[in-house]
Amino acid sequence: MSALKNIWIVYNRELKAQFNSMLAYVFIVIFVLLSMSLTFLLDDFFAPNAQDASLEFSFFRWPMWLLMFLAPAVGMRLWAEEQRTGTIELLLTMPLAVWHAIVGKYLAALSVITIAILFTFPIVITVAYLGDPDNGTVWGGYLACIFYGGGALAITCAVSALTRSSVACLIIALALCFGQLLIAIPPVLEYAADNWGGRVADVLGSLGTWAHYTEMKRGVISFANVVFYLSMIGFCLFLTSVVIKSKRS
Amino acid sequence: MISVRNLSKSFGQKLAVDDISFEVKKGEVLGFLGPNGAGKSTTMRMVTGYLPPTSGEVFIDGINVAENSIGAKQKIGYLPEAAPLYSDMTVSSFLSFIAELRGKGKSDVEAAIDICFLGPVKRQSIDTLSKGYRHRTCLAQSILHDPEILVLDEPTDGLDPNQKQEVRNLIKRMGEDKAIIFSTHILEEVEAACTRAIIIDQGRVVADGAPNDLKAKASGSGSHTVKISGMAGSGIRSELSSISGVKMVREFASSESSFSGQVIPSKKINTNGESIFNLCKEKGLLLEELRVEEGRLDEVFREITKTDTEISERNVKEEDPEKVVQD
Ligand SMILES: Nc1ncnc2c1ncn2[C@@H]1O[C@H](COP(=O)(O)OP(=O)(O)OP(=O)(O)O)[C@@H](O)[C@H]1O
Ligand SMILES: [Mg+2]
Repeated sequence: MSALKNIWIVYNRELKAQFNSMLAYVFIVIFVLLSMSLTFLLDDFFAPNAQDASLEFSFFRWPMWLLMFLAPAVGMRLWAEEQRTGTIELLLTMPLAVWHAIVGKYLAALSVITIAILFTFPIVITVAYLGDPDNGTVWGGYLACIFYGGGALAITCAVSALTRSSVACLIIALALCFGQLLIAIPPVLEYAADNWGGRVADVLGSLGTWAHYTEMKRGVISFANVVFYLSMIGFCLFLTSVVIKSKRS
Repeated sequence: MISVRNLSKSFGQKLAVDDISFEVKKGEVLGFLGPNGAGKSTTMRMVTGYLPPTSGEVFIDGINVAENSIGAKQKIGYLPEAAPLYSDMTVSSFLSFIAELRGKGKSDVEAAIDICFLGPVKRQSIDTLSKGYRHRTCLAQSILHDPEILVLDEPTDGLDPNQKQEVRNLIKRMGEDKAIIFSTHILEEVEAACTRAIIIDQGRVVADGAPNDLKAKASGSGSHTVKISGMAGSGIRSELSSISGVKMVREFASSESSFSGQVIPSKKINTNGESIFNLCKEKGLLLEELRVEEGRLDEVFREITKTDTEISERNVKEEDPEKVVQD
């Protein structure tokens, strides 16, 4: 009970801090604008032979790339800033467990990302107006985005605990997210299968985010995908607590 | 209430705190003194459960901090050294946040605001506060839940003289029914607010006692500063030196008809006042000034925490035969 209460208190403060700094608004606006322009302009969205205004191909292709930037940008300050300003000393001498603080802060940042993702709904409305999108694909696509963003954010959270510099965190987290995507794209997997054997390719494919994202955005919410993201998030948050504790000893 | 046993902390190779033990009971105010880098803040961070000790234990009201840190943290109010604050919040929203975490309500926030004189700035954003107000906001945070134990790292740093006085009074008042540890570089503060003081140097406790006991350790303690006239200075000096119980006489000024200087006793007890007075009466000298030196805390502090070479240099100077007549 007190765990939930503590998480809620930390969550509330962190969410207000995100919006107080104005940065959250900036990130959300940039994300939404880029999502729209990439979808509508770059993708021949309105071309007559477009794939019948299906969201899967035209819209949900982009958020993954954009989230790769958004999640580190939103999450970079989570622990780096606490450590830079010394407020971590205040927070960790309050009567709460370290994981309460980690989860509360993480969920606050995740809320910002979710808000950004949901603000892309005009695209869905446009598609619904122009054609007849499959609802399953729309929900699957949004879930895929939130899970992907959540995973990238968890990585950022762990990196953020390692450094006092938000900018360093941004760059490292971005590189890690990019790397995690890259190890599972089809060309890499083919190369791995040819040169290092099928097992290596399988491992890479399941650790990387590419396949999980592409399956989900098609509306395939498989148990394996959900487990993948949840365990990745759990692992990264656990890593965050290990880093925070080991830094003091 | 606070029991620290054989506490050590090393950062890599560096031993910041080296086997420190002490107790603070309810109703005691313990002053932490020591040069920069002595390990005061590190010790306090271990007491509050922020840093895990390399070895040793801390008990807060019988609770082992390593085993039940949340239980211990509930009982402690802590003002960290740099008075860190969430600068994007206002004073009152920050204090409300702390109150929520501490399970306290609006009235406690208001009380803390009053005690720390934060009324005029309570709606102001913390990043626009002056240094003193920032410090007071962080102090308010530490006393908000009326803790049994207070750990204050340099609580008067950055405050104006009036506020320094207020905070000292506050510490003294709260010390009556709490156990308080506070660190400071201002030695008068120790005399003003502490019931006990510990001097730490290079991670070790080098002195522990009531401020008055510590003061008595000063080399100047118990000596008499005198000004006597009616005879040649050199004569007065040799008369003073011949009093039994006088170790040496240091000369400040001497003329054809007067002498002023310091009479240093062989033991650190001031029993020479009467003898000096009697001497003047017998010889018909005029005792213009007679003052007992109490011994100053900063003197003790310097003597204890100075490196060995510095102290021996000083001793050589003191025994300069030009100025001092040995008993
Ligand atoms: N996180 C850390 N990593 C490495 N060394 C540290 C760390 N924290 C403190 N130290 C070292 O431990 C020693 C004691 O530091 P501490 O901050 O406790 O001193 P202090 O007595 O509070 O000094 P001051 O009067 O300047 O506040 C110093 O030499 C410091 O450099
Ligand atoms: Mg310090």
